[in-house]
Amino acid sequence: MTAVTQETVHQLAERQIAVGEVRGTPAADPVNLPMIRHWTTAMGDANPVYTDEEYARGSVHGEIVAPPAMAQVWTMPGRGRDEKGGTPVDDVLAALDGSGYTGVVATNCEQTYHRYLRLGERLEPATRMTGFTGPKQTALGEGYFVTWNVSWYSSGEPVAEMLFRVLKFRPRERKPQSGSSQPYPLRPAVNRDTEFFWEGVRKGELRIQRCADCGELRHPPGPLCPKCRSVARTHVVACGEGEVFSFIVHHNPPVPGLETPFVVAVVQLPEGVRIVGNVVNCLTEEVSIGMPVRVRFVQMDDELTLPMWAPGGS
Amino acid sequence: MRTVSEDQLAVGTTLPELSVELTPTMIVSTALSTMDFTPVHHDVDRARAQGSTDIFLNILTTMGLVERYVTDWAGPEVLIRGINVKLGVPGYAGDTMTFTGSVLSERAGEFTVEVRGRVSLGDHVVGTVRFAIPVEFG
Repeated sequence: MTAVTQETVHQLAERQIAVGEVRGTPAADPVNLPMIRHWTTAMGDANPVYTDEEYARGSVHGEIVAPPAMAQVWTMPGRGRDEKGGTPVDDVLAALDGSGYTGVVATNCEQTYHRYLRLGERLEPATRMTGFTGPKQTALGEGYFVTWNVSWYSSGEPVAEMLFRVLKFRPRERKPQSGSSQPYPLRPAVNRDTEFFWEGVRKGELRIQRCADCGELRHPPGPLCPKCRSVARTHVVACGEGEVFSFIVHHNPPVPGLETPFVVAVVQLPEGVRIVGNVVNCLTEEVSIGMPVRVRFVQMDDELTLPMWAPGGS
Repeated sequence: MRTVSEDQLAVGTTLPELSVELTPTMIVSTALSTMDFTPVHHDVDRARAQGSTDIFLNILTTMGLVERYVTDWAGPEVLIRGINVKLGVPGYAGDTMTFTGSVLSERAGEFTVEVRGRVSLGDHVVGTVRFAIPVEFG
């Protein structure tokens, strides 16, 4: 597909909106108990009106009914099923892909259930495209919001509706990292003890965990103060300076995403704790014990930033 | 298992919290039970190749969990009329989703509950669920 201009993609969207409702492929199977049971078990939903025949008979429904949130499930294409026809939205999404708006993220899902579905009903979907706005600047990059509505019919009667909106966005250019545009393959372990640290890194802050009771600083972060055994914790923001306490030059084995040799140092912070990190922006042979360094926040890919150390004090 | 009556549904009533462990088994089994075979919901390598950190929850499951959160509390015979959500950060395998909620409004016998599902990265889902109480319970 060739790239299309902003104007032509808007024209295409307007045409597709004007097409109106397009019928899709009917459900492969009618509403049935095995698929309901599979779904409720996976969801952990113990509501007996969906699977317990006796309970359901005495309930307000008088018989087994399907979970309303399964509405969309009945007409999902499933694996390897040939989806002929397609929807009016497909061409618009393809045109956006072709113009570099390859990212997609769902932003809204609204479902309305006109009534509960009984076993044996076979649903038929129909889709109409209803909205197209953009380009807009979003947190993910420049993109278009595409909205469509699906109605599900049982023997011609509308039983459920859905509005669905996605953002099709142009992924941001990756920062060149060793001449590669691949995502950085290593990810830090983020958990309840360390998430404050990584949140700080995203904001350009080097955070050190601090005991909320006795004030002791500790790194790496942990659940318990080694001095007073309190679990109450907070953090301070380090000034960002330090000096190399110890280091190694790593030659082998190869590490995914990094080019050898590289320096791994233990950096002594003036606040009193030591932190492990790479020393960058200098030759490996220039690194020495006692060398003043300053923190740098290095963007490894679209999502990950790592704190590293570069020569230079205040 | 009892279905709530209208006098238990004052506006502002908070729902008990529900935590759901997003294990890989949970992510995969729910995705397949919703007939969603998109690889990012069951294939870690494919998910990572797209820049995700792991496999993650599909939207049909988010809708199912939001519905379950409300009926677990309100009872098996409330009549779910609609679910309207904004989607946020992904629910990755290994994370925990915690649902909170409160009764937002009541109009002509239809109740609206505000629901929020949080994971470690932030809000995964925020929205509302509308339901009615069957006449015999009112």
